[in-house]
This record gives sequence, structure tokens and C-alpha cells, in this order.
Amino acid sequence: MENLINIFVKGAFIENMILAYFLGMCSYLAVSKTVKTSMGLGFAVIFVLLITIPVNFLIENYILQEGALSWISPKLAEVDLGFLSFILFIAVIASIVQLTEMIIEKISPTLYNALGIFLPLIAVNCAILGGALFMQERAYNNIGEAISFAMGSGFGWLLAVVGLAAIREKIRYSNVPPALRGLGITFIIVGLMGIAFMSFMGIKL
Amino acid sequence: MFSSKNMKLLTNPLGDSNPITVQVLGICSALAVTAKLKPAFVMAISVLVVMTLSNVIISLLRKTIPNRIRIIVQLVVIATLVILVDEVLRAFVYDVSKQLSVFVGLIITNCIIMGRLEAFALANKPWDSFLDGLGNAFGYGWILIVVAFFRELLGSGTVWGYPVLDKIGLYDIGYENNGLMILSPMALIVVGIIIWIQRSRNKDLIESN
Repeated sequence: MENLINIFVKGAFIENMILAYFLGMCSYLAVSKTVKTSMGLGFAVIFVLLITIPVNFLIENYILQEGALSWISPKLAEVDLGFLSFILFIAVIASIVQLTEMIIEKISPTLYNALGIFLPLIAVNCAILGGALFMQERAYNNIGEAISFAMGSGFGWLLAVVGLAAIREKIRYSNVPPALRGLGITFIIVGLMGIAFMSFMGIKL
Repeated sequence: MFSSKNMKLLTNPLGDSNPITVQVLGICSALAVTAKLKPAFVMAISVLVVMTLSNVIISLLRKTIPNRIRIIVQLVVIATLVILVDEVLRAFVYDVSKQLSVFVGLIITNCIIMGRLEAFALANKPWDSFLDGLGNAFGYGWILIVVAFFRELLGSGTVWGYPVLDKIGLYDIGYENNGLMILSPMALIVVGIIIWIQRSRNKDLIESN
């Protein structure tokens, strides 16, 4: 249990997807104009991460890794399909996003309207593929750890996007130098937020 | 072949419609790999290869791709090319490939590539798409290299691993490296400053707030 909490905190604060690795930057900058839309996208990211990371974890451990296929027949124990991981992960992500979109539309139209255009956008959000690739690189031991990592990194993403949106709502009333307006000042704000988040690095888990 | 319209495809992305500083695409990887010049250069080349080839392939296939499944077709083409690039990097420059870690894989979701495929390659001839891909990849690459140059010079005092500041003798008169430059948040601030300079020179790009 303690281990799972550690992975969560690490994913959310110390190795924050946006502020430490800049994953999902494009949509991060695009939707962080108001707190409301950023909340929507943040929750959509958590939701998709929570589904795709465990699925990709199973694929990685039962299909792709060297010797992972031995559950089918011992003859396949030497097969290493690792090179296929990119194409398989992105296919899984794209199809799961499509599926969840359809299922949500059927089951809960209100949630579907709330997530709206964000769901299809997420298929090409680097945070989702990045999450899968980090999961592969860090080699979590079991699916529980992978889920906890998905929760943590998704929560960190939500935190960062809502924080930036709140700052940008306020900065509209300040007198920013003309050439820095919009994109320029946003970059500098995110940089400063990143420096603030670096203080979490001192935490030993 | 090189009419003025085609030259525009090549040169526009270098300045006024730069993918990073104006269109805000493909930032994720641009920031994460720029602590040193060498990985930034390798990343720029990898994106160049994937971008031009995928642009040409999609442009060749553009009449046969059904509209509804075009995203998945694009993803498959890009992912295949990225796997090839990744295998080549692992074979020839293993240490750089280790430094780039997940960011080679993330070329797949690099929005510049998807963006160019959607906006240009699906509607234009292969040769135009080739030039467009090349232009955008150069526009992406030069920002990467400028950011990496300053971060490496100010952060570790080297250029391409060569200790420039040490040879000049700056350390003897009390100069210290700025450790902050190596940390990831400074990449954002350096890009912010590039945007600032570009927009003060070209007033048309200024946003209304």
C-alpha cells in the first residue's frame, strides 16, 4: 500500500508530466485559457490514462517483452517483440479513445457533453503515449503499481493545467509588454511553475 | 520545381509561420531534449526524416485514404517511420538514443507532424508536400538548436561537449556555470524569450491578449 502511495505522489508532483517532462504541451497551452475547460480536459486525461496504461501494461508484459509469449507455448519463449511497442501502444490508445467516446455517448450523455471535443483530441496527446512509454521504461512490477502511476500522473496533469488556467485568467488584467502577450508570457509562466515544482524534488520516497 | 510558391513553402516555416514559436506545435519534445546540443541535433534530424517521409507517403496515398479513418492511417505511417528511426539510432548512436529515452517514441504524437499531414499533405502533390515537410522540419530544428546552444553554453560551459568557456579562461576570473539552465523549466523560458524577440521584430504576430 505504501508503495502505491509513493508511486502516486511521485507521478503527481516529483515527476509531473507537464512541468518536469513537458508531455501534452500542445493541448496544455491550447485549453488553459479558462479554468472550466481546463478542468474538463484534465479529467478526460485522467480517465483515458486510467484505461490505457493498465491495458498497455498487460500488452507489454504478456505480448511484447522478451519471453512474454511463453504463456502460449514454451517454443515462443525467445521471441522479443519489443520493437513493435510504439505502433501497438498508439493503436491501443487510438482505439480505446474511440471506444470510450462511443460508450460514454451511449451511457452518459451529460458526461459526453462535458468532455466534448476533448476526448478525440486526447488520442494524439503526448501525455497518454508518454505515460505508456514511461510505464514501459520504469518496468512496474504489477498492474496495481501501473494503475497508481496512471492516477498520479493524470492528477499531476490536472493540477498543472488548472493552475496555469487560473494564472492566465488573472493575467488578462495585467499590463504585459505587447510582444510577450499571449504565447510568450504563457511560456515564461509555465517555466516559473516548473521551477516552483522542482522544490518537490527534495522529497525522498 | 523551385518556383517562388514552392520556395515560400520552404522558407515560411523558418520565420513567420514557425511551427514552434508561432503555431505552437510540437513543443513537448522541443523542450525536453534541449539540455545539450548533441541530443537536440539528433532529435532535429529524426523529426526531419519522419516528417518529410510521412508527408510524401500520405500525399501519395491521399486519394485512396477514406476520410473517416485517416487519423489511424496517419498514425500507422508515422509510427512505422518512427520505429525505423528508433532502430537506426539504437544501432549507430546508442548513448544519444538512451538520453532521448521516450522522446523518440513521442515523435509519433508530435503535433507538428500530424498537423502538417492534416493541413497540407492530404490536399497537395508529393513534391509540394516534400518541400513543406522539409521547411517545417527546419523551422522546428533551428529553434531546437538555438535553445540547446544557449542552454549548453550557459549551463555546462560547453558547445557540443567542447569546453569553450574553460579554454577562454573565464573560470579563472571567477565565472560560474548557471546550473539552472540545465534544468527543464529554463527551456520554456528560453523559448519564451525567442518568441519575445521574434514578436518585437514582427509586429503582425502580436496577440491581442
